[in-house]
Amino acid sequence: MGKLFKNLRKKEIIGILIALVLIIVQVWLELTMPDYMSEITRLVQTEGSLMKDIIREGALMLGCAFGSLVASVIVCYLAANIASSFATTIRSKIFRKIQEFGTEEIKKFSTSSLITRTTNDVTQVDMIIGMGLQMMVKAPIMAVWAVLKILNKGLEWSILTGACVAILLTTVIIILIIVLPRFERVQKLIDRINGVTRENLTGIRVIRAFNAEQFQQDRFEEVNKDLTNQQLFNQRTFATMMPMMNLVMHGLTLGIYIIGAILILKAGMVDKITLFSNMIVFSSYGMQVIMSFLMLAMIFMMVPRAQISARRINEILDEEVSVIDGTFNGETKETGTIEFKNVSFKYPDADEYLLKDISFKAEKGETIAFIGSTGSGKSSLINLIPRFYDATKGEVLVDGINVKKYRLDALNNKIGYVPQKAVMFTGTVSENVSYGDNGKPEPTIEKIKEAVKVAQGADFVEKMDGAYDAHIARGGTNVSGGQKQRLSIARAIARDPEIYIFDDSFSALDYKTDAVLRKELKNYTKNATSVIVAQRIGTIMNADKIIVLDKGECVGIGTHKELLKNCDVYKEIALSQLSEEEL
Amino acid sequence: MPRPGGRRVQEKSKDFFGSMKRLISNLKPWKILMGIALVLAMISAILSLIAPNKLSDFADEISAGLVPKTEMFEVISEKMFANFREDKMQAKVNDILISEEISEEDKTVFMNSLQVIQNANDENKSKLFLSMPESILKVLFEDIVVDGVSISVQDQIDMINLLSDMGDETGTENALKIMDELPKSVYSVIEPEMNVKRIKNIAIFMGILYIVSSLFSYIQSLSMTHVSNNFARKLRTSVSSKINTLPLKYFDTHETGDVLSRITNDIDTIAQNLNNSLSTLVSSSTLFIGSIFMMFYTNWVMAITAIVASMVGFMFMFGILGKSQKYFNENQRALGELNGYIEENYSGHNVVKAYNGVKDALNDFEKLNNDLYEAKRKSIFLSGTMQPLMGFIGNLGYVAVCIVGALLTMNGYISFGVIVAFMIYVRLFTNPLSQIAQAMTNLQSTAAASERVFEFLDEKEMSNQKNIVRRLDRSKVKGNISFNHVKFGYDKKRMIIKDFSVDVKPGQKIAIVGPTGAGKTTMVNLLMKFYEINEGDILIDGVSAKDLSRENIHELFCMVLQDTWLFEGTIADNLRFNKKNVSDEEIMEACKVVGIDHFVKTLPGGLNAMLGDTDTVSQGQKQLFTIARGMLEDAPFLILDEATSNVDTRTEELVQKAMDKLTEGRTSFIIAHRLSTIKNADLILVMNEGNIIEQGTHDELMNQKGFYANLYNSQFEKLS
Repeated sequence: MGKLFKNLRKKEIIGILIALVLIIVQVWLELTMPDYMSEITRLVQTEGSLMKDIIREGALMLGCAFGSLVASVIVCYLAANIASSFATTIRSKIFRKIQEFGTEEIKKFSTSSLITRTTNDVTQVDMIIGMGLQMMVKAPIMAVWAVLKILNKGLEWSILTGACVAILLTTVIIILIIVLPRFERVQKLIDRINGVTRENLTGIRVIRAFNAEQFQQDRFEEVNKDLTNQQLFNQRTFATMMPMMNLVMHGLTLGIYIIGAILILKAGMVDKITLFSNMIVFSSYGMQVIMSFLMLAMIFMMVPRAQISARRINEILDEEVSVIDGTFNGETKETGTIEFKNVSFKYPDADEYLLKDISFKAEKGETIAFIGSTGSGKSSLINLIPRFYDATKGEVLVDGINVKKYRLDALNNKIGYVPQKAVMFTGTVSENVSYGDNGKPEPTIEKIKEAVKVAQGADFVEKMDGAYDAHIARGGTNVSGGQKQRLSIARAIARDPEIYIFDDSFSALDYKTDAVLRKELKNYTKNATSVIVAQRIGTIMNADKIIVLDKGECVGIGTHKELLKNCDVYKEIALSQLSEEEL
Repeated sequence: MPRPGGRRVQEKSKDFFGSMKRLISNLKPWKILMGIALVLAMISAILSLIAPNKLSDFADEISAGLVPKTEMFEVISEKMFANFREDKMQAKVNDILISEEISEEDKTVFMNSLQVIQNANDENKSKLFLSMPESILKVLFEDIVVDGVSISVQDQIDMINLLSDMGDETGTENALKIMDELPKSVYSVIEPEMNVKRIKNIAIFMGILYIVSSLFSYIQSLSMTHVSNNFARKLRTSVSSKINTLPLKYFDTHETGDVLSRITNDIDTIAQNLNNSLSTLVSSSTLFIGSIFMMFYTNWVMAITAIVASMVGFMFMFGILGKSQKYFNENQRALGELNGYIEENYSGHNVVKAYNGVKDALNDFEKLNNDLYEAKRKSIFLSGTMQPLMGFIGNLGYVAVCIVGALLTMNGYISFGVIVAFMIYVRLFTNPLSQIAQAMTNLQSTAAASERVFEFLDEKEMSNQKNIVRRLDRSKVKGNISFNHVKFGYDKKRMIIKDFSVDVKPGQKIAIVGPTGAGKTTMVNLLMKFYEINEGDILIDGVSAKDLSRENIHELFCMVLQDTWLFEGTIADNLRFNKKNVSDEEIMEACKVVGIDHFVKTLPGGLNAMLGDTDTVSQGQKQLFTIARGMLEDAPFLILDEATSNVDTRTEELVQKAMDKLTEGRTSFIIAHRLSTIKNADLILVMNEGNIIEQGTHDELMNQKGFYANLYNSQFEKLS
């Protein structure tokens, strides 16, 4: 966590120091108050005290209270600002770092984990600053100070207070030891409840078709019962906490009084009144001591959680990005060529190569297609072109230059990539289509319309409310899978790239749309090179070059006709999809 | 300090009292336990109100032991001077004059002063006596007994000497110091007295009070825990079983996450708040009202002081609280926006990078991040001031009580114990107010949550089937299905199937084709009676589907859909599903038929291997399992979705073989994707935009040169 705190800015550190001073002032004021209290008590007790003395002491005490209020409001203000600005800085750092990440790093952490790290984990850490700053500093000072104050006021009382603190802390710790691990179990059971319910909802047709409603309900009940019992156990254990705390605290007051009575009974005339006012003071300081120890216990609970979060954040910040930016600005003599020279690829931690010794070259304007069963390495292969990953061995050349030499933005300017799963951003249709930057001026609305038209999206976009200005909801939930895919293709077209990469981008389209789209696309992008990964033979059978992959190896290169003759794997795939006469 | 980050958005319920009423009426089965809990909460609160009063008695008793009984000096001196009455005096004078132990000198002093004493008043008498030599005093005084303590002549003399040092300043520290030096006998007479017996009684009483109060609050929380958790369990059960009674339409128009959040978040909110807020509300209100009552009962001037002082603070606090709500909402909104943006950005990372969108993303992010910063710092700050403010209100009340109390004490209106009691009343009075406020907001969100749960439970259920008496035995069904002028629309205003009729003979295969989104699942919905048709009829073996129960129809159909739904459990559990008497051998046999037996054997545990772990079982294998499950169902009709998405070609072949096996001998409706299936079908239903637009065999449809022909050709159209 200390490492993370190095990110605090100078202004924030000064703020923390001021807060520290103010906290000490605050503690001092709060602990002076009982002195005035006891003075007031003494004055009230003693006959012949002057009213003006009592009012003076009361005013002083109120002054302390107000001073402490002012101090803690300022501390609160500082803490709120520091915690928020620190969290903002850290979040920003994480986000920036993740923008540098390659696919490999994203995969390594997983998207959902990255999201929690950017939000929840940061919240955990800034909570330690916001709340911890006050409590962590205040509690120990308070505890020590209060202890010092009462130590010389009566050994008997001190022993009693000590015993109460010990009892309370033991109770709290025992309860926590029992309950904390079970909280995780409850969390798991809640996940299970969610899981079974989700099953019931997603499988509702199947369940009804099989008349299995009762069967599923029984499964649900089982988890429901477990969850209820576990919750009951936890909450019952917790239920002891409050009464116990009350008992101890009240017991302490009562005990202080009883001891006080005995001491006063035994003491001489002179000491009686002093003892009495000490007793009153003690009953308030005793509470302070107990409170501050409870606060300490709470901090000890919070710190480990924040520690874990801090570690998770540091893991991101310390991650070494594997894809390093080059320097080449992308001005090449030849355009639209892709060449793989003996390329092999494996994931960094894997033993097996995913791609083995792949070589081919695509010339400008050619369509080159990859086919193979799942796990054959098709997607991995094309991921090497926009440098989502880097080849383990061999070279990937775009326009004759190794992709590693390019500045990433220069390389990306040449490429229009369409992923398997269409990605939509919140915003309008136009914003989605004109997304990003290709080193040229923003595409005009005509250009956008044209792109959407080529991608066979004009029909549905124009029917949308607002047409090209229609709103796309988060995650594109207001457009269908096929529509998303078409917009995603339009996005690539609007970019005017030298090279198109389609990673199984046509699978969400029906056969008809698929066919028309490809035809239009071919006409529109005559000069561009296309790289297509597909499952359907129909999608690729007209490609200039089809590369058949099997378990990471290239088992055939050629046209549809050639491959049918000389490539068994290709033939097998083709036969499973088309009847003999159609081939 | 409440944290905005972890805080749920405070929701306002639409009808707070209505929802609460309904919630409480649902709690009826636990009314006795709840009653006990609430009564205990009340008693426990009342007990904690009595405690300060007792504590003040305690303090009074102790302080009674502080002040010396100076009035006893009078008693002592009275007794001392009782010896000087005229009759006795004469004898004493004689004694002195004849005494040989007294010097002549002393005798003269005595005689001289005697003259003066007789003329002096009582007050000066003692002073004059003291000026006499000690030898004389010894004769003059006698041992006396006060309060059963005998005080010797010497003690009396010492006392008088000390008291003359003290002068008038009784009660001050100096005087107390002198008193401590008094002879033992005198000391014991004027020593302040504590009523030890009473103190003991009070202490025991309070001890019992605290223990009983803690015990009650413990029992109370146990009861409420029991009630709230069992209530939550019941609610979860109701919601879950409600899922089974709702028409499919509901789920087609509502998101899964929506139902899920009702079953977890909402019910959790209800249970938690029920557990805490209800009893807090009862005990806090009792404390609040009780403390006001007790304060007025003890002393009305002090009561008004305490209430006015605290109220000033509370006005201030509620002002801040109202303002902070705005920032909480703002913070919640900003957090949501940022989360959404991050999620979008991270999951679309490839596109962001490949399209050089990083620069824009950073700008967008910084803007959202900054929005969150602004909202967050304000909401943390405002919520953070709450606690110090509460502390100050407490102190303010405390000082006010002390000053006014001191004033009253000095004038003798109240005892010191009253102040002590009020110091505690002030706290008892200020704490419940904020707790009541908190409990009320909690109850608000409880009401909102229960509204959502009840809303779901109130959803219209599927039509009642009580009047249905006909039942088709699946072993005797031949396999005829006919659609008779069927009209159907998801929306009553817009029919998508307009007058569809067809006769299907036993064992025939019907292929349903059409582009994506053409409504092919509509056919499934109608056949399975997931949706009710609007007009016309569907006859199974001549019996109208309307006259058959849904369960009966489901029995007759075997359904294998594209989404490979399997639950978390073993393979055997999944394949057996809800059929109890299926042996492992039969399951294995079904696996063999679909060709997945070999794979099952390679898994650790075989049929008992767990499914749900996506790593070990591929999509295609899952599909094979669902086919095997369909096999075991063994019904006369079959509904099959051929789509094999994300399945590699080799597994696909296996799946298709298995599907072919499944269709053997069954009247089958197949959502077809393979040309071979389509071509070999006895009837092809071509669907587009929800409607069945063409029907016939492959050759017939090709000759029609309509939609089907176009669809078929486009797939293999040569690109020029």
